[in-house]
Amino acid sequence: MTDLTSLTIAEIGDGLSAKKFSALELTGAYVSAIEAANDALNAYVAVTADKALEMAKASDQRIAKDEAGPLEGVPLGIKDLFCTEGVHAQAGSHVLDGFKPHYESTVTANLWADGAVMLGKLNMDEFAMGSSNETSYYGPVISPWRSKGSNAQLVPGGSSGGSAAAVSARLCAGATATDTGGSIRQPAAFTGTVGIKPTYGRCSRWGIIAFASSLDQAGPIARTVKDAAILLKSMASIDPKDSTSADREVPDFPAAVGQSVKGMKIGIPKEYRVEGMPADIEALWQKGIEWYRAAGAEIVDVSLPHTKYALPAYYIVAPAEASSNLARYDGVRYGLRVEGDDIIDMYEKTRAAGFGREVKRRIMIGTYVLSAGYYDAYYLKAQKVRTLIKRDFEEVFEAGVDAILTPATPSAAFGVADEDMNADPVKMYLNDVFTVTVNMAGLPGIAVPAGLDGKGLPLGLQLIGRPFDEAGLFKAAHVIEDAAGSFPPEKWW
Amino acid sequence: MSVDLPTVKRVAHLARIKLSDEETEGLREELNAILGFVEQLGEVDVTGVEPMTSVTAMRLKARQDEVTDGGKVDDIVANAPASEDHYFLVPKVVE
Repeated sequence: MTDLTSLTIAEIGDGLSAKKFSALELTGAYVSAIEAANDALNAYVAVTADKALEMAKASDQRIAKDEAGPLEGVPLGIKDLFCTEGVHAQAGSHVLDGFKPHYESTVTANLWADGAVMLGKLNMDEFAMGSSNETSYYGPVISPWRSKGSNAQLVPGGSSGGSAAAVSARLCAGATATDTGGSIRQPAAFTGTVGIKPTYGRCSRWGIIAFASSLDQAGPIARTVKDAAILLKSMASIDPKDSTSADREVPDFPAAVGQSVKGMKIGIPKEYRVEGMPADIEALWQKGIEWYRAAGAEIVDVSLPHTKYALPAYYIVAPAEASSNLARYDGVRYGLRVEGDDIIDMYEKTRAAGFGREVKRRIMIGTYVLSAGYYDAYYLKAQKVRTLIKRDFEEVFEAGVDAILTPATPSAAFGVADEDMNADPVKMYLNDVFTVTVNMAGLPGIAVPAGLDGKGLPLGLQLIGRPFDEAGLFKAAHVIEDAAGSFPPEKWW
Repeated sequence: MSVDLPTVKRVAHLARIKLSDEETEGLREELNAILGFVEQLGEVDVTGVEPMTSVTAMRLKARQDEVTDGGKVDDIVANAPASEDHYFLVPKVVE
């Protein structure tokens, strides 16, 4: 029998219903894989093996009774940002030390209702603030990928670095992730996996620890476009508990995979050709264009003139919202408390000890730009620029473009503890230059593996869609997948 | 616009984060680097542009004004570092 952990979610469904293996055997295979790999990769911060095996047994019983759900017996990893009842949920932070929520996030509840099995909680940048998974209190995730002929450790990207690494290394069949500025798509691109950030409002934010509420969206990281479509269909819902949850029925996303793109109009934005972009990425982008032409799509040049202002505007809006959201970590209701001389001293010592360097930096920026006298110059200005960024996209879509094709990241994965990135926070932020526009405009974006660079590292292309047209993105993304193939890392761990 | 040390200290106090002197100096440099980066927004003409208030075209939902949840006091204090009789305990705040 083939290794059970190499099966896609679609194949798991077939195998389970044909009784080729049981859900218990499948989950057991993943638990063993995690045990063997986690010391090297550090992808999981909590493994819930007993719970997983119990859930798998329950899946087997439902299968026997012919009551299988759409994700029956599928073993998933859950980003540590999601509240999971009675299970570790600390957002990769020390400030939530020991926090075990007494409730379940809507997205994870949807997955369990559809029969999925939880393997554990996945490492991430602290409060989803980072692009390398190095800001986690639990230490960096090590990518399953290495450059050809090198043993140097690489980052899996971030903030959903644990999710991307676990999916790529076969330590879960799929994973939940979240994306505020690129945190699903950048790690997916770095690890040769598929990641989609749906339209703002498609997935409920209820029970997901908040970073920047007007930008945060949950989505899946998976090994194939079809698997991502299957997962998103289960994750998405209309939720009265999230007032920004969109009142839109969830379409049959998996049905879109494999549909023809003939006649689709794919836009190529000239502003995404940035200085210093590696030739490999430029070449891959051209290849992508050719794949679409060959598949019968029409290629058109488009312009998104405010692209370069998305990242600076983001670094006002996101920290501002974060400084407000993270005010709740005060040592009173949950998590860490460091005693002080009085209540203010207790707050200040708790937050000093509980937050890492990057989180402190962003809270400080956010507090500064919202402080008296600066609000108009920074926050209000950034929100006006955001209107212009969104308008750029609206004009392109109004002109008949169905999806926009761009590179997913300006480089392939870099090394753990990269000196340049650590010396200059802005350099690290530039990782999100192609993905952040999508969050600023609330649009759906998908990263699909499209090839390897000269060093043998994965590179991804990104497709940006019209609001709520995730189905169109799955349809279009499959063209890249079909042409480029799949990219499992060579096992060294 | 450049941020000086007293400003970093003031903002840290507003954010309720205790900083060592070394951290304060480090943050001063980093904040200035980030503020320098966002400065380029000054090039954008935003005359007559409305600031974004909602990223998708939707009205904020309203629901019936009725009790839909409650009776979960044990759950609410379960994760508190210090609690007694269903209250959160904090250091003395009134003399």
